[in-house]
Amino acid sequence: MKTRSDYSHIQGWGADLDPKGRPAYPKERIPARLSGVHWDHPEQQEQKIEILRSIERPNITPVFGTSTPPSGLSGTMRETAFRFSENDIRHWLLLLFADRINVCEGLLDDVKRGHIPNIFHEMGWKSELKYNRADAIRKLAIGSVLLGSAIYLIKRKKRQESG
Amino acid sequence: MLAMNYRGPYRVRAEQKPDPVIEHPNDAIVRVSRSCICGSDLHLYHGLVPDTRVGMIFGHEFTGVVEEVGSSVQNLKAGDHVLVPFNIFCGSCFFCKRELYGNCHNTNPEATAVGAIYGYSHTAGGYDGGQAEFVRVPLADVGPTVIPADLDLDDAVLLTDAYPTGYQAAEMGDIKEGDTVVVFGAGPVGIFAAKCAWILGAGRVIVVDHVEYRLEFVKNFAQCEVVNFKEVNDMAVHIKKMTDWMGADVCIDAVGCEAAGSFAQKLTGVMLKLQAGSATALHWAINSVRKGGNVSIVGVYGPTFNAVPIGNALNKGLTLRMNQASVKRHLPRLIEHIQAGRIEPKKIITHKVPLEEVSDAYHIFSSKLDNCIKTILVPPHAPH
Repeated sequence: MKTRSDYSHIQGWGADLDPKGRPAYPKERIPARLSGVHWDHPEQQEQKIEILRSIERPNITPVFGTSTPPSGLSGTMRETAFRFSENDIRHWLLLLFADRINVCEGLLDDVKRGHIPNIFHEMGWKSELKYNRADAIRKLAIGSVLLGSAIYLIKRKKRQESG
Repeated sequence: MLAMNYRGPYRVRAEQKPDPVIEHPNDAIVRVSRSCICGSDLHLYHGLVPDTRVGMIFGHEFTGVVEEVGSSVQNLKAGDHVLVPFNIFCGSCFFCKRELYGNCHNTNPEATAVGAIYGYSHTAGGYDGGQAEFVRVPLADVGPTVIPADLDLDDAVLLTDAYPTGYQAAEMGDIKEGDTVVVFGAGPVGIFAAKCAWILGAGRVIVVDHVEYRLEFVKNFAQCEVVNFKEVNDMAVHIKKMTDWMGADVCIDAVGCEAAGSFAQKLTGVMLKLQAGSATALHWAINSVRKGGNVSIVGVYGPTFNAVPIGNALNKGLTLRMNQASVKRHLPRLIEHIQAGRIEPKKIITHKVPLEEVSDAYHIFSSKLDNCIKTILVPPHAPH
C-alpha cells in the first residue's frame, strides 16, 4: 500500500479523502446548506405565452422559461407530442421530427425577413478553411462533383424527354 | 443585445435579439462577462436533444454582473459579479431540500425527468442561455454566487459546470484510498474528473480517449496515465491487463451520447437514432470495472433508451451512480481547492473568442480543431 508521501508530487492529493469532508456527503443532506430561500413555494410566474407541459405533472411549474414558444407546423407537432407522456417514445420522436421541420421554418422566416442566411458562415467554414484546409477542400470538391453530376443527370433526362 | 442564435444542426450565428426582461419577482438580469461552450452544448448543436427550437440561445456556463433585480430579490444587488450554476432551482422543493439542485421539481414544466438548465432546449425548461450580452436568471436569491474578490474570472466561469461536474463524477465513484480510477473521455469534464480523483485519494488514474492532443494535455494537467483507444484492440481486456486482471475499482463515463469507438453504437445511436445516442463509453465502463466496483455517469444521454450491458452490471454487482451535478452544494469546497492552489481550472481554456464569432467557435470546438479543449465566448464590452 502506498503512503501519502508517495503522492506528494500530486498537488492536492487526498484533500477530500475523508468522505465526511466531501461536499456531497451524505448523498441527500437534510436540511440543505442553502441560504437565501425565503419562500415555502416560489411565487407563480405569470404565463404570457404558450408553455407546453409534461402530462406527468399536474400543473405548470411556478417558474419556467419563455424562449421560443411553439409556432407553425412544428408547434402543432410539439403540441401533439405533449399529449404523450415522457414514458412514451412517441413523445420524443415527434419532438425530434418537429425540430427538423422547425429548421425549414427557420430558413423560410429568414427569407421572409429579407435575410438570406449565410449557411457556410453559420457552419463555421471560415475556421474550417483556416485550421482544416485540406479536409475542407476535399469536402468542397466531393460536394461539387456530386452537385455537378446531379445537374448533368437532370439535364440529360430532360433532353431525352424533349428529344 | 447580441446573442447566439441556433438555426439548426451545425448552424448557429450571432445576431441582435431583444434584451431579456424580469418575468418573475425573483428574477435578475445579468450582463454576461464570460460564457463557455460546454461539451454537452454540442449535443444540442448536433441536433440530438429533442425539443431544441430554432431561435434559442444556448449557454449554461456563464458569469456576469447583475444589472437589474426583481421585486422579491433580497440577496443580490445591481453591480454584484456572480457565477451562475447551470442548474435553475428553487431551493424549496422535495429535491432541493436534499441538496439535489440538479433535480429541482419547480422549474421545468416540460419534463419531469430533467431539471431546468439554462439554454438547453425545452426539454430542460425552455430558458434562454448565457451566450449573449444579457441573460434572465430566475430564482436569483438561491442560484447565483457572488465571485470572491481573489478568484480569477476564468476560474469562476468553470465553477458553473465543468469543474463541479468533474468533481461530482469522481465523488459519485465513492473513491477509497488507493483506488484505481478509469475516466472515459478527455474533454473538460473528464480532465477535471481525473484531477479530482486524486483529490479524493485515488491511487491510480487512467484517462481513455482517442484525441491525442487531449490525452497529452490531461497527462500533464492531471498527472495521470492515458490510453488511446484507437491503439487498443479491446478496451475491457486492456483495462483488465492494466489492473492485474481485476478491472478498475471505479469507472467514470465523462463522454455521453456521442462516443466514438464502436461502429454499431454510432450507427444505431447517432446516425439512425434508434437509441438515445452512442453509449460506447458506458458500455466500456461497465465491462472494465471490477466486480463490486462503481460506475459513475456524468456523460449526457437522451431521454429515450440506450443499449448497455445491464446484465453484466447485475452479475458483477456494480453500483451505478449518476446525476446532473448539483453545482451549488459543491461550490464552497471547490472554491477552497482553487484558493489553496490544488487546482487551476482556467488552464484548460484554450480559446477565448468574441461572441460575434460564435459560429466559428462552435465549429472549432465541435471538430476539435486547433487543439481546442475549452472555448470561452466573450460578449462585446466584457473585460478580457
